[in-house]
Amino acid sequence: MWLSNSSIGRKVVMSVTGLALVLFLTFHMSMNLVALFSADAYDMICEFLGANWYALVATVGLAALTVIHIVYAIWLTLLNRKARGTERYAVQGKAEEVSWASQNMLVLGSIVVLGIALHLFNFWYNMQYAEIAELTNVTVAGTAVGPTEGAKLIELTFASPVYTVLYLVWLTALWFHLTHGFWSALHTLGWNNKLWLKRWQVVGNAYTTLVILGFAVVVIVFFLKSL
Amino acid sequence: MDKNISFTLKIWRQKSPKAKGAFAIYEMKDIPGDTSFLEMLDILNEDLVNKGEEPVVFDHDCREGICGMCSLYINGHPHGPEGAVTTCQLFMRKFKDGETITVEPWRSAGFPVIKDLIVDRTSYDKIIQAGGYVSVNTGAPEDANTCRISKEVADEAMDSASCIGCGACVAACKNGSAMLFVSAKVSQLAVLPQGKVEAARRAKAMLSKMDELGFGNCTNTRACEAECPKSISIINIARLNREYIKAKLKD
Ligand code: HEM
Ligand code: SF4
Ligand code: FES
Repeated sequence: MWLSNSSIGRKVVMSVTGLALVLFLTFHMSMNLVALFSADAYDMICEFLGANWYALVATVGLAALTVIHIVYAIWLTLLNRKARGTERYAVQGKAEEVSWASQNMLVLGSIVVLGIALHLFNFWYNMQYAEIAELTNVTVAGTAVGPTEGAKLIELTFASPVYTVLYLVWLTALWFHLTHGFWSALHTLGWNNKLWLKRWQVVGNAYTTLVILGFAVVVIVFFLKSL
Repeated sequence: MDKNISFTLKIWRQKSPKAKGAFAIYEMKDIPGDTSFLEMLDILNEDLVNKGEEPVVFDHDCREGICGMCSLYINGHPHGPEGAVTTCQLFMRKFKDGETITVEPWRSAGFPVIKDLIVDRTSYDKIIQAGGYVSVNTGAPEDANTCRISKEVADEAMDSASCIGCGACVAACKNGSAMLFVSAKVSQLAVLPQGKVEAARRAKAMLSKMDELGFGNCTNTRACEAECPKSISIINIARLNREYIKAKLKD
């Protein structure tokens, strides 16, 4: 199968799973913004998604995408280490065209994984999982929260400065990951030429910044509200 | 007139492919600025030979930037810190008096060291042999006007064709990927009508040879493009990806 036994095929898998995750992030971010305007509307979304069959199917799909992306990322990195060999240069110069993010995608990705783990613990466990496990209430920071009371959960989580900072670090790592990932994914698909290389980089940076700001603004606003 | 400069050379010496290498230090005195980097090494070697020592072994041939043989990793950059030149076209005036200049061979698993600064680059020849040619019998040359090619396309093919197969792209790449070279060699033919016919087969054959030889997976870091002495663009890599994906989807 060329998607696993050729270098371009493996890159196509990285690219397609990465782009699908970007699409997911976009939807997720848009829904979060609702919490800024109305707690009731946000809880309605939480109830609508919750642990209904379509939300569960989507969750499984999303988990599969994430796992494939990570497994391929580790596999690719190991293959590339091997191709690089064991000898290292005594003096290693830098070229300004080479972005820092592009050289550190696995490191950035690893921070993202930790962020995802924290996020699952903070939210998924208390919402979708709680619903699956048929819990009526979970206790967060000494307060009882129902599985569809998303707005309240956000409020409780970001009242903590530690969580606020951790989430912002996570978002920053994701921002760096995508400043390279976005255009790189399109390049991998061959959707690029002299003109579009610069355009995709600008579009990628702008899009990434908007998505990340959308997430960050919710975190920051709820933290400030808690003061 | 260029000034004469004196500097310290820190050169990688390695007796054989399996032997453990180490840096040797040489002091160079009063080297004229208009000496090329390879001429400077010639001066060093003459001195070493006169002293009865083993000369430093390095690859070179044309010494005019077209053959791709010269291959030194100088002060952290393939072909030296100056952009868009080969080692043979790099001049000592680009260095400072009293500087330490570190010279290393390409370091990548695909290019194992043979001796000192020479690495084995036959893997590139193997990739070309896998499909980097046009296999139709063209017969006697036809009239040029019967096959018209626009200036833009001709320029693009020419830009890709300027790759000299030196291997600096692999040397610079943290993934040990040969994609810039392979993509240039695929593109120079793929954009022209004579080469288009076999474009899909060529892309598949050359890429699978590259993978088979153990080169890495390209992650678009752009280090290759930045260090290429011929300024080959990564746009070629996008074209190779496109050709390859199209060919695979058709299969
Ligand atoms: C929300 C999460 C994530 C998104 C949206 C995302 C997105 C992307 C995109 C678009 C690419 C570019 C693909 C290409 O160049 O063809 C990419 C590459 C990569 N990602 Fe992720 N990623 C995410 C999480 C992760 C995680 C968790 C890891 C690893 C632990 C990771 C590791 C990598 C690596 C190593 C690359 C390869 C570098 C490259 O191909 O340029 N990513 N990612
Ligand atoms: S693409 Fe550039 S760096 Fe790579 S082999 Fe060709 S000329 Fe050398
Ligand atoms: S010796 Fe031929 S390119 Fe440098």
